[in-house]
Amino acid sequence: MKNEKKKLSYMDSIHRDGLVWNLTVMCILIAFPIVVGIIFQAVPDWAAVGKGLIATAPMYWAVGIVETITFIPMLGAGGSYLSFVTGNISNLKLPCALNALESSGYKAQSEEGECISTISIAVSSIVTTIIIIVGVCLIVPLRPVLESDVLRPAFDQLLPALFGALGVVFVSKNWKIAIAPVALMLILFIFVPALDAGMVGIMVPVGVVFTIIMSRILYKKGWL
Amino acid sequence: MEFSVNHPILFVIVGMIIAVVVAQSVYFLIKAYRRALELGVDKSVLKKTIISSALFTIAPAIAIVISIVTLAPSLGIALPWLRLSVIGSLSYETVAATNAASGMGKELSDFIGNMTGSEYVTIIIVMTVSILVGIWLAPVLAKKMQKGMSSFEAKDKKWSDILQNSLFIGMISAFVGFVFCDVSRLWTGGAFVEETVNGVEQEVYYSATSGLIPVCVMAVSAVLMLLCGLVMKVTKWKWINDYALPICMVVAMALAIPISNALGG
Repeated sequence: MKNEKKKLSYMDSIHRDGLVWNLTVMCILIAFPIVVGIIFQAVPDWAAVGKGLIATAPMYWAVGIVETITFIPMLGAGGSYLSFVTGNISNLKLPCALNALESSGYKAQSEEGECISTISIAVSSIVTTIIIIVGVCLIVPLRPVLESDVLRPAFDQLLPALFGALGVVFVSKNWKIAIAPVALMLILFIFVPALDAGMVGIMVPVGVVFTIIMSRILYKKGWL
Repeated sequence: MEFSVNHPILFVIVGMIIAVVVAQSVYFLIKAYRRALELGVDKSVLKKTIISSALFTIAPAIAIVISIVTLAPSLGIALPWLRLSVIGSLSYETVAATNAASGMGKELSDFIGNMTGSEYVTIIIVMTVSILVGIWLAPVLAKKMQKGMSSFEAKDKKWSDILQNSLFIGMISAFVGFVFCDVSRLWTGGAFVEETVNGVEQEVYYSATSGLIPVCVMAVSAVLMLLCGLVMKVTKWKWINDYALPICMVVAMALAIPISNALGG
């Protein structure tokens, strides 16, 4: 047993532990409605569950599959296991990891980069949880501040504020790769009315696939 | 036991689930930290990573608290606390809860101060089952995908680096496009948009120039980042590099207030 432990590489142990943790959290989440139902002797309305799932699940399952495939190479192994449990990936965990990698100078594919990405996402998850707990405990006194019309525009513009600063760093360093996908996304989001703010999650995989194809063409032509 | 969306026992259960999730984060943090030291990563780099990640997280985390406040009137505090701490996001939770409510022939606002245990459990099941894909699919795919990326690197290192950068640029380009999604109001005119305010669906009016607000905020944030880079080069203050992103983000968010006032958000 001890020899087996010694043989396991860091990456292998991350995959093993990620499997155990994620399946454990999944089982706990599934148990939550069952436990609440038992405590309050509440039986779900199965017809409504069916209708709700038909309206919600197919789209989110499809998006979930595409997002998982898209984000794993960017987040790294440890970062993926954590991010797919704690959520808020594209608006928090991934930019946080990107920023940490950029500051540290390590490449995402290296084992050092894997560690930096995991540390960054773990810290982000812990800090998020602490802030949410503080927010929940102080929700009554904080409510007027959080809902104030003065502050609302600031939090409404969180994503533009985040991606302006992050985007300029990555786009300036990879401008040849960035021209085509940025142009495509601008055209689509400006001129296709169906693409509103709620569609950005779906457009991330589209942007990623398009960028990879364009980069491959540029690379084969020797322009990168 | 009589049901209430803010029953203390719900907070105890949710607190226990969140404790498990925090334990996972702490476990991975310690594991990655130790491995990084073994690999020879300097302690100061790890310290900077921890501090800058924590600082960067503050503003988005406060936005998540606001999302809890938004959902609280209809769903109570415990359920949004769980859903937004584990996997979820405001847009997803609102859609899932609305669809579950619709399945029961109701609207989300109908539940304000008036939800039965059966309705609550129904909503939790729909919200939970619909979002669980990533949590089990990541362990299924992560190892294989990492091996695939490693084999790319072994075959062609330059293409592997380009591929990695393409992934990041692809994601960023989608968000850059998203920032421009309401610019068309300039020629289509102002619009009423359905929004959930204090748990109630309302029509909110946005002026023709309101679509420029996110564009201006993004531009301000980008210019601030360039200024940070310039200051760093001139003064040789390397610490700016570690804190530039959270600083630019928070300053741009603060400037969003006068920009919104000027452009009629």
